[in-house]
Amino acid sequence: MTAIQVEHLWKEYGDQIVLENIFLDFAPRSFVALVGPSGCGKTTFLRILLSEEKATRGRVLIDGKPLAGEPGADRGVVFQRYSVFPHLTVLGNVLLAAEIPGAPFTGRLFGAARRRAQEEARALIAEVGLTGAEDKYPAALSGGMQQRLALAQAIMRKPKILLLDEPFGALDPGIRGDIHALMLKLWHSCEMSVVMVTHDLKEAFTLATRVIAFERKRNRSEERERFGATIAHDIEVWPKRIAGQPRINPSDRDGPISPEDTGRDDPALLSV
Amino acid sequence: MRLINRRPDRTAGLLLAILPFALVLLAYVLGSAERLAENPADKLLPSLATIGDAIVRVAFTADPRTGDYILWADTLASLERLASALALSTLIALVAGLLIGLLPGVRALLASFVGMVSMVPPLALLPILFIVLGLGETSKIALIVIGVTPFLIRDLAMRVQELPREQIIKAETLGATTWQIALRIVLPQILPRLIDGVRLSLGPAFLFLIAAEAIAADSGLGYRIFLVRRYLAMDVILPYVAWITLLSVIMDFALAKLRDVAFPWFGGAK
Ligand SMILES: Nc1ncnc2c1ncn2[C@@H]1O[C@H](COP(=O)(O)OP(=O)(O)OP(=O)(O)O)[C@@H](O)[C@H]1O
Ligand SMILES: [Mg+2]
Repeated sequence: MTAIQVEHLWKEYGDQIVLENIFLDFAPRSFVALVGPSGCGKTTFLRILLSEEKATRGRVLIDGKPLAGEPGADRGVVFQRYSVFPHLTVLGNVLLAAEIPGAPFTGRLFGAARRRAQEEARALIAEVGLTGAEDKYPAALSGGMQQRLALAQAIMRKPKILLLDEPFGALDPGIRGDIHALMLKLWHSCEMSVVMVTHDLKEAFTLATRVIAFERKRNRSEERERFGATIAHDIEVWPKRIAGQPRINPSDRDGPISPEDTGRDDPALLSV
Repeated sequence: MRLINRRPDRTAGLLLAILPFALVLLAYVLGSAERLAENPADKLLPSLATIGDAIVRVAFTADPRTGDYILWADTLASLERLASALALSTLIALVAGLLIGLLPGVRALLASFVGMVSMVPPLALLPILFIVLGLGETSKIALIVIGVTPFLIRDLAMRVQELPREQIIKAETLGATTWQIALRIVLPQILPRLIDGVRLSLGPAFLFLIAAEAIAADSGLGYRIFLVRRYLAMDVILPYVAWITLLSVIMDFALAKLRDVAFPWFGGAK
């Protein structure tokens, strides 16, 4: 159970104020979508949560404790690009997430431990729909497959918080539907909170429990430097999604088909 | 069709590739024939037959005094120097380049120093090396090492820093330590780039080798060329130059093959 609190957060680059006095409080196991116009500081906010970037003022607490000073295994991440390692196969990429904690000196597992980790990795690879591609290198995968691989790799390490920066931005709508269903499934089954940056409002509302919009209140060119983005909207998604309880009612017509859904046309229902 | 879209097919491509070689050879044969017609004792452009005789003499006839086959003895001596120097340079460059590229502290300590050292003209150091290390093998190997290592270090450090920042952060979020990141993420990705760096430094390495051998040696390809120069023995010098070139080409090709076989992901990831 991981709660995230953001208190009084400011971020400035030189003279430019990017984020201005952000207060947020994410409940454990929430799925938060961050939306907002380009350049308003969504990536910056995510990078602060990742400890890649330091806040100018204010602080971030995870379960009441201040954020560690550098990225760590408690926060997983999937970037828009470059999230997987080009020199490892699909299996190698996912396996790495088990080899690193398991073998501090060699970074490699051998024998029974390796077989066990491999089994777990293969199961996860199957879950993200990459069965058959285990021995391929990322360069031979499509963009959507690479993002699914990145997800599997991040999940394998069992992070408490998963940070996603426009992970599905480059994918076509069809594949996006599949990957949304996968994302929801993973969120339901893994003990984690998710913070996802997206440009796609529909994506935000189909996945998240809460949608937060960043916006610059003043955006005239002479004011832009001196006023950062604040939270313009903070919307609880309705009907409520609850982690670990996939919805039983069918998803809406345009939404992703969650694998747990039994549709109106499902023959299994008719035969009852 | 536009010129940029006109691709020669396989045979045409091969013919085109051979053409410049053939032209140079033809020009040589014509020039040589003309000079020999004027003066049969001309030594500057010996005929192909004379060159052939010289090759048989240095490569396939044992030297009556020592029983050595001169070309092979020279080749062995030179390659030994070259190989030990390149192995040493590669090892130093791998460690230093990785540390400079990955650790900000080491970068602050060494980057400008290596940058400065790489600007020292190695040949200007040769007299110092001969004075300090003597005229033996050590000074020759040292010259090559001093000549190519700074370049390799800088090249490798840049390659490390070129790795997308996202990859390093991703590794951190998997819980990796600095050591694990170096071992599992950075090292395997810079090895193929190191091979390419070594390929590029083959030319300079041969330059320094021949320079050192020309000045003080009693065997080696460079030694031989500068020795027979006194007798204007173009019939030996020309095959030696061709042989040195061929050796570099073979090494370059072999390294490229090694890179492709050992790092199959590299071609696709570029
Ligand atoms: N390292 C940096 N140095 C200086 N300014 C920066 C830096 N990183 C980001 N900025 C500035 O901060 C602002 C917010 O950038 P950020 O990348 O967070 O936007 P974003 O909301 O993610 O935009 P997009 O939707 O286009 O990805 C931009 O105006 C950018 O110019
Ligand atoms: Mg962004």
